Amino acid sequence: MTELKSTRLAFGEALLELAENGIDIAVVAADTSKSMEVEVLRKKYPGRCFDCGIAEQDMIMVSAGLAATGKTVFATSYSAFTSMRSLEQLRTFVCYPELNVKVIAGLGGFSAGIEGVTHMALEDIGIVRCISNLTVLCPADYYAVKKIINYIGNKDMPCYVRIGRDSSPVIFDENYKFELGKANMLIDTGNDLGIITSGLILYEALLASKELMANYGLGLKLIEMPTIKPIDENAIVEIAGSVKKLVTVEEHSIIGGLYSSVCDVLCRRCPREVFPIAVPDKFTESGTPSELIKKYGLSSENIINYVRNLFDK
Amino acid sequence: MLQSELSSKANELRKLIIDMLYKIGPERKGHPGPALSIAEILTCLYFKIMNIDPQDPRWPERDRFILSKGHACPALYAALAMKGYFKKEQLYTFRHIDSMLQGHPDMRKTPGIDMTAGSLGNGLAAGVGMALAAKMDKKQYKVYVVIGDGETQEGLVWEAAMYAGNLKLDNLIVIIDKNRFQSCGDISCIVNIDPLDEKFRSFNWEVVRCNGHDITDILKALNVPLRNKPLAIIAETIKGKGISFMEEDNSWHQKAITKEQYEIAMKELQEKDSN
Repeated sequence: MTELKSTRLAFGEALLELAENGIDIAVVAADTSKSMEVEVLRKKYPGRCFDCGIAEQDMIMVSAGLAATGKTVFATSYSAFTSMRSLEQLRTFVCYPELNVKVIAGLGGFSAGIEGVTHMALEDIGIVRCISNLTVLCPADYYAVKKIINYIGNKDMPCYVRIGRDSSPVIFDENYKFELGKANMLIDTGNDLGIITSGLILYEALLASKELMANYGLGLKLIEMPTIKPIDENAIVEIAGSVKKLVTVEEHSIIGGLYSSVCDVLCRRCPREVFPIAVPDKFTESGTPSELIKKYGLSSENIINYVRNLFDK
Repeated sequence: MLQSELSSKANELRKLIIDMLYKIGPERKGHPGPALSIAEILTCLYFKIMNIDPQDPRWPERDRFILSKGHACPALYAALAMKGYFKKEQLYTFRHIDSMLQGHPDMRKTPGIDMTAGSLGNGLAAGVGMALAAKMDKKQYKVYVVIGDGETQEGLVWEAAMYAGNLKLDNLIVIIDKNRFQSCGDISCIVNIDPLDEKFRSFNWEVVRCNGHDITDILKALNVPLRNKPLAIIAETIKGKGISFMEEDNSWHQKAITKEQYEIAMKELQEKDSN
């Protein structure tokens, strides 16, 4: 049985660790203090926690003001809102003046699925990726979130971090290695197939990889991209130059996310065909994350079928 | 500083605004009208009220200033130059390539700017963040935000006003430059914003009114003692104040100044000096 742990709880716990380590943090939520687990910090450091109510633009601007005085600020709400409702505030008042605000965007991808299209962010990475000065991160599990929040909490830079909602499968452990802008090679058994993936969907990509290796005899490389921007160009070029078929797997629209990021690099440095496993360019619907992942082509079975078709051609 | 001295500072500020907006050339046109309406307000803040140090623009204890109506930045740049944050010659590089003086305020390029501004409706919320930081750190500094009356049409102004009132931020002062015009015309003919005082009061703000061109009146408003509430000062002003042909003529919201207009304007301001 796969262990499940909440990425939102990892965020709350990491905030507490940062405060305990003497980082001068402030957290601003938008009626999301409880849902984003800021309460973990509030119990011990109530003076560092603010909730400006259902007002995401206000949340980002208050965060910018706090950061302008030298504080390390975490602004936290849901991906759909932080990437759209308060996008201009993020771009003009956080990224342009390079203020130390980290947007922690919960309910990323299909994790908000039961709420429907209004609450799901399948465009967020594409939207925020083109903003200068912004580091875009997409951790894959509880341990990755904890490590990444601790890392960025010690750096003076604007960030957008997409996390999930309910508990998600644990992939890593306390020894998870995170280096900003570096990919992690998780599987390297051959050169038939290359998989580049990012975020919580890594779990499905890993399940698929194991089966493709065990039952279909494929040798493959799988790299995880916790940093979407700045992306690890060399890792992309390296894998593109060595594998027969290259796919990307992402819980995001086919437009603007990981596939686009990878193609941006390869068009310039090493042109080749890349196959996208991503959400089609259309609005989805309500459903559980696992139902949606299956219907829209991202489950491990979907990935296996997609890859088999590639090799059957 | 005596009030007569402050009045002459305000006149000097206007001269610099007109001089720079003329000399930058017609293709870089700035916003004379909205800059002229805040000349006395900025004079009172920069030469009487705010605890700041031009030699140490990032002094952590300083009072903070945000010009939310960032398009009025010629007035702010002139005040900063007069205060000694940078040389007055810099003013003539406004809106030029490689200039430290951007088309709208940039906190990273210009010493003395505490918050980037220009997109309307955002400054007050940033001020709330700064005022909160002062409370967190038990610091005494105050945060002053100048907003335009037109920009109160932005919803975010009210998100911030509501939050500030809830937080009882008695170190936050907003001055509304009530010149009654926005880009496209008379505010009351576009989307009326009145009564502003009742709106702020209902959000738990202290509200006072003043004549935004009367130094004594502005100082009196800025010195209103605060009791567990932020302060909103509604400053009644005249867009284009100080230049006869610009006053109340909204075509001067953004327009280049011709040579003839420049000469008339400077003459009018010089006459005020001799009065």
